[in-house]
Amino acid sequence: MQAFFIVAILLLAFLIIFQIAKASEYVAVLRGEDKVRKQTNKINGFMLLSFLVLGLVGVFYCNEQLKGRILGTPASDHGVLIDRMLYITIAITFIVFLITQVLLFWFSYKYQESDNRKAFYYPHNNKLELIWTVIPAITLTVLVGFGLFYWFGITGNAPKNAMEVEIVGSQFKWEFRYPGHDGPDGKGVFGKKYYKEIDEGKMNPLGQLWDDPANYDDIYVSGEAMHLVVNKPVKLIIGAKDVIHDVGLVHFRMKMDAVPGTPTTMWFTPTKTSKQMIEETKNPDFVYEISCDQMCGTGHTGMRGTIIVETQEEFDAWMATKKPQYLVANPGKDTKAAPQDTSVVKPVAAIIK
Amino acid sequence: MSDMHVHPEVVTSHEVHSDEHHVHHHKETFITKYIFSQDHKTIGKQFLITGIVWAIVGGFFSVLFRLQLGYPNETFPILETLFGKWGAGGHITPEFYYALVTMHGTILVFFVLTAGLSGTFANLLIPLQIGARDMASPFLNMLSYWFFFLASCVMVSSFFISTGPAAGGWTVYPPLSALGQASQGSKLGMDLWIVSMALFVVSSLLGGLNYISTILNMRTKGMSMTRLPLTIWALFFTAVLGVLSFPVLFSGLILLLFDRNLGTSFYLSDIVVAGQVLPNEGGSAILFQHLFWFLGHPEVYIILLPAMGMVSEVLSINSRKPIFGYMAMLGSLFAIAILAFLVWAHHMFVTGLNPFLGSVFVLLTLLIAVPSAIKVFNWLTTLWRGNIRFTPAMLFAIGFVSLFISGGLTGIFLGNSTIDIHLHDTVFVVAHFHIVMGVASMFGMFAGVYHWFPKMFGRFLNNTLGYVHFWITLAGAYLIFWPMHYEGLAGVPRRYMDKSSWVSFNQFTELNKFVTVVAMIVFAAQLLFVFNFFYSIFKGRKVRSQNPWGANTLEWTTPVRPGHGNWEGEIPEVHRWPYDYGKDGRDFIPQTEAVGANESKH
Ligand code: HEM
Ligand SMILES: [Cu+2]
Ligand SMILES: [Cu+2]
Repeated sequence: MQAFFIVAILLLAFLIIFQIAKASEYVAVLRGEDKVRKQTNKINGFMLLSFLVLGLVGVFYCNEQLKGRILGTPASDHGVLIDRMLYITIAITFIVFLITQVLLFWFSYKYQESDNRKAFYYPHNNKLELIWTVIPAITLTVLVGFGLFYWFGITGNAPKNAMEVEIVGSQFKWEFRYPGHDGPDGKGVFGKKYYKEIDEGKMNPLGQLWDDPANYDDIYVSGEAMHLVVNKPVKLIIGAKDVIHDVGLVHFRMKMDAVPGTPTTMWFTPTKTSKQMIEETKNPDFVYEISCDQMCGTGHTGMRGTIIVETQEEFDAWMATKKPQYLVANPGKDTKAAPQDTSVVKPVAAIIK
Repeated sequence: MSDMHVHPEVVTSHEVHSDEHHVHHHKETFITKYIFSQDHKTIGKQFLITGIVWAIVGGFFSVLFRLQLGYPNETFPILETLFGKWGAGGHITPEFYYALVTMHGTILVFFVLTAGLSGTFANLLIPLQIGARDMASPFLNMLSYWFFFLASCVMVSSFFISTGPAAGGWTVYPPLSALGQASQGSKLGMDLWIVSMALFVVSSLLGGLNYISTILNMRTKGMSMTRLPLTIWALFFTAVLGVLSFPVLFSGLILLLFDRNLGTSFYLSDIVVAGQVLPNEGGSAILFQHLFWFLGHPEVYIILLPAMGMVSEVLSINSRKPIFGYMAMLGSLFAIAILAFLVWAHHMFVTGLNPFLGSVFVLLTLLIAVPSAIKVFNWLTTLWRGNIRFTPAMLFAIGFVSLFISGGLTGIFLGNSTIDIHLHDTVFVVAHFHIVMGVASMFGMFAGVYHWFPKMFGRFLNNTLGYVHFWITLAGAYLIFWPMHYEGLAGVPRRYMDKSSWVSFNQFTELNKFVTVVAMIVFAAQLLFVFNFFYSIFKGRKVRSQNPWGANTLEWTTPVRPGHGNWEGEIPEVHRWPYDYGKDGRDFIPQTEAVGANESKH
């Protein structure tokens, strides 16, 4: 019924507009087409100027309404750089936007047809054209210079002390793996995987190879938040099982695709704990979210993960509650076997290094 | 020009009722005149009308999914009535939503703004403005349209199969698009999408080769390349871009078809989908993205360049002034055409692309902003000290420049890889490409339709409806897409159908409603245009003078309703460039007028 009304009203509006439009054509013929044309020209010239003014007011109003709902402060070191680059670009482009739009609509209004004016024959001016080739070129060079400087910093190698976490996307969830402590100087080493070993029934959701001793102490986490340590660089090792997904970390301003068959990485340093962010945003529900940013199927919208950033102590306490997936998947095995085996492997790894 | 089709009878019949309703050719039946016609003007109209039909479909899809985006929690029983299981319970199901978005993108990019835009105006304007009786090969030209028609039929058929049309986004990235198990839309619908696009590529190659050879070989006497109107130059570069890049898409799609149906592993590796381990190893999903964007980026210029060309023409004519910096405009078109091939990987900064390679693409991408800036400044200077007539076409041309500025500037954000890390695949991208490519090119197309409608049909569109259409569309375009930038800055991912479960993205509920309402109004305004278009074909005010806009170019030297062959006698000779407006105190000097002895030089 409601739909019917809407359609009826629309049709009516159409009809009215159409009748007016048709009538105006007849009126034009009656009153002299040229005269009417000139009048319409004046109206449209005035409308263009009004559009400029109203538009700029609208831009300002829109900014007032929405500026509080965007970015917020970035929660990673890279995020600070990215935001700075962003604000520099906003400033420069907004100035250009203002100048060019004002000129466009002002010229249109100012030079509207008038019987007293003759158009000025002005086919070219090499000097002018050179100026407006060079100025954008220089401005863009500056922007690119800044941008690439940051870009290489952000995409460069992770610091030596970075912790590593693996994150794997599949329709429509995120799974994580921590490498334990089996490497030299206490850092973890991820055990090997092969996708054909993936078998949820056998408690091997990531396809870990159980004969690789490096897998013995790897911790598998799913169905809960990824935990990270504040002010400690983290390098994510990103993979996907089925289609392309994307690890989007809006508060850290980071993003990287998860591609089946081709692992990718990204690193950053979280600089604020989740608790700090709750205070800062005055939002008790605040949580770092992992959004899938690459179309991955019907559940794309709901492919959500979360991250908790905490102190080292809190992190260690959480980690202590976890059991290596090796032991979950191989309950028959002697629980002592795992650490024992690693101690055998360790010196070998050390020699190879 | 051995394939001239002008028969003496035709010429006389024109003279007799040149003002009359459709002249009847002696030896032409309805079928050869209106359906399998080889007249470039008729083929142009066929492209235009098919494009309009597609635009209504694609636009209607956007209204449907905007309904979901604005009112994710409300039910609309009418959806179930209309679409059955796709609208189960009055909700747009996710399968339906993604099918709609994918089809909306595909339709508007390829069927409307490629076929409908350059198909229409290349066909209509190339022979008319260079002074030729028809295309180099009218027959291939006709095939070009019918391949497009076939492609359309195949795409439409995919709407009616039980698993629905393709639903992986218009970019159809594998593995999602390669694996039927991964999504309903990747079943039969995807095969049909590929077949349809393959046919579409054939259509655009046939068209493009024809446009290029016609422009190079069939210009009338005196029409040197630097005397061509900028429309023709723009259509020329458009055709070159298409001819060089569509084959790459074609091969990419064929490999995808193999991966889907023949068990090859071009794009597939290490996949476990729906609990099933696939045997494929060693393929690269990213390879497809390289192949896709090698077309995909030039494609945005295939869409944009014809609009730029027509806007240049319309701005100059209605300012009663020459286009400022003809050679610079030409040079920047050329630079854009070259650079268009060298920036494709800017769509792939966060795919794991080598950062150094990424930086090269940053440089090249921001380089392309320079010729774009030149064009904007030249358009502005064209308006400066003109004597401007605001025809509907002129208003759309001015609107185009405004939108091109707004959308072009946000390209500087996205082309800078550092910022793109944050903005990639967010609503910011949706706002950017709609303004700069979608709506701007639509404005270019509208400018073209309003300006050349009298040439196409011998009648005018209704002006008042034109003004209403323009003002609603311009204001609406900004109201819809300007605030979307803010959502993008907040990181809201694109292709999300409901943000309410996200803590970080749920702050725009009111805005989303507002945008949906405006989108519906804008859509209704487009229907007003469609009505105006079809009504005016039959009932519009008749064109009484040969040259209603006071323009210099050759199409206005043909009869009001030109027959097949365009000029009744000799093809006119050209003596000057097309932009002598306001020279030596004369309002305009047609290209056919010989240069006077005392005429000033420019
Ligand atoms: C009334 C005018 C239009 C409205 C309201 C509109 C709205 C939208 C919205 C909201 C999306 C994003 C959907 C999502 O990410 O979930 C979208 C996608 C898209 N639109 Fe439009 N659009 C309009 C016109 C156009 C035009 C003229 C073009 C021509 C180029 C276009 C091309 C696209 C493309 C390529 C996509 C991406 C599809 C994909 O994600 O695969 N749209 N549109
Ligand atoms: Cu996803
Ligand atoms: Cu591109």
